[in-house]
Amino acid sequence: MSSTSTAPNSTEQPLIVMGAVEKWFGTFQALRSVNLSVSKSEKIVLCGPSGSGKSTLIRCINHLESYQKGKIVVDGVSVTDNQKAIDVVRQEVGMVFQSFNLFPHMTVLQNCMLAPIRVRGSSKQEAEATARRYLDRVHIGNQADKYPAQLSGGQQQRVAIARALCMQPKVMLFDEPTSALDPEMVKEVLDTMIGLAQDGMTMICVTHEMGFARQVADRVIFMADGMILEEAPPETFFKSPNHPRAKQFLGEILAHH
Amino acid sequence: MGYQMDFSVVFDHFPQLLWGCLGTLGLSFAGMILALVIGVLGVMARGSQIGWLRRLVIAFIEIIRNTPFLVQIFFLYFALPQLGLKLNPTVTAIIALGVNGGAYAIEIIRGGVQSIHRGQVEAGFALGLHKTQVFRLIVLKPALRAIYPSLTGQFIMLTLTSSICTSVAAYELTSVAQRIESDTFRSFEVYFTVTLLYLAISWMLMTAFAAISRQYFSYPTR
Repeated sequence: MSSTSTAPNSTEQPLIVMGAVEKWFGTFQALRSVNLSVSKSEKIVLCGPSGSGKSTLIRCINHLESYQKGKIVVDGVSVTDNQKAIDVVRQEVGMVFQSFNLFPHMTVLQNCMLAPIRVRGSSKQEAEATARRYLDRVHIGNQADKYPAQLSGGQQQRVAIARALCMQPKVMLFDEPTSALDPEMVKEVLDTMIGLAQDGMTMICVTHEMGFARQVADRVIFMADGMILEEAPPETFFKSPNHPRAKQFLGEILAHH
Repeated sequence: MGYQMDFSVVFDHFPQLLWGCLGTLGLSFAGMILALVIGVLGVMARGSQIGWLRRLVIAFIEIIRNTPFLVQIFFLYFALPQLGLKLNPTVTAIIALGVNGGAYAIEIIRGGVQSIHRGQVEAGFALGLHKTQVFRLIVLKPALRAIYPSLTGQFIMLTLTSSICTSVAAYELTSVAQRIESDTFRSFEVYFTVTLLYLAISWMLMTAFAAISRQYFSYPTR
């Protein structure tokens, strides 16, 4: 059993291990020898310029993207092209997207009940109880019978978080969850994510919200050109980034904040 | 000189004409169901990973859409018995209408499926749903909603096309009309009335389709 020095209070096997992962889109290499190990309850913020491979990296973890070389192991299961393995991993990994991706023809409650019933085989009563619990937790329980289009962007994203939580995943992946939101709605989503972090959820977040990174991240990972260039606790990363690309990136985004 | 109108023929045979309308509706309704099933399954097969299945669907669509309906129904009714498969006129008509309508439905529904944002599919996968579940539970309803006007338009076409089924003596409005006409020689009166009856059937269907849409596709979108 290996333990990661960066993760607090963890002597267990890491929940996610990526070893020398390489990915190409045709001739374009999106990931170059990515190594990453995430422990239980660890919070990772992934940042970097657009096209740096951050989204691709987390999308490989639940196999929304395949990869060509290296290996990814999630909770002891190797993520390969094997559908059985993919099924197991996807049940344990929740994902929140930039564009919410709620199902428009289902109510908020139905959105949250679908996967527990169809994938986990929960009963309707069970699934509804779970759904209502998580909807309450993201403070949207009173909107359960509305359709997604009747909600604001911030509300929709909170429902998307609740929907993912209803599968009771071991890890949550966030792919720029606040990028499509109007500024006044960013906070409600970030607050939900902070609450989740405080409850001990293992999280990997692709985000440019540096305040969020400072507040909850155990590690900030900086990527460019498909490579992980820097990896440090937030205090260190923001105060004294090593890599010139990271310095440049921080200069650019902090200039706007 | 001149043609003396006599609509009493029509009134005398009105019950038969109404039964003919029911025949048309019955054939059409069964044909629509079959077309919808072929359409949905065809779209799934069309997007399958299995190469020969995909090519089979494409070939099917090409053949059906590029040959006349009359030849298709003759093929079913007159050619297949030579191979030992004999179908009665009603079954022949339903299969012909369903298969013909199905080929068009595949292409229409496929357009709807393609209009669904990729993120919807990915969200389904991320939740652990399988490909067929994603299609059936997540993609299908919004896709049908997107192409509902074209699909129901095609179904009205199918209903009107059912008049060709008179050529295999299926029981429907046009065949009833032909019989009345050959008994009475009142061509104008009979076909004038039949024209109005087809119009009425089309309007009725449009009303019904609109009601179905309100029932099943009324969820709000932005």
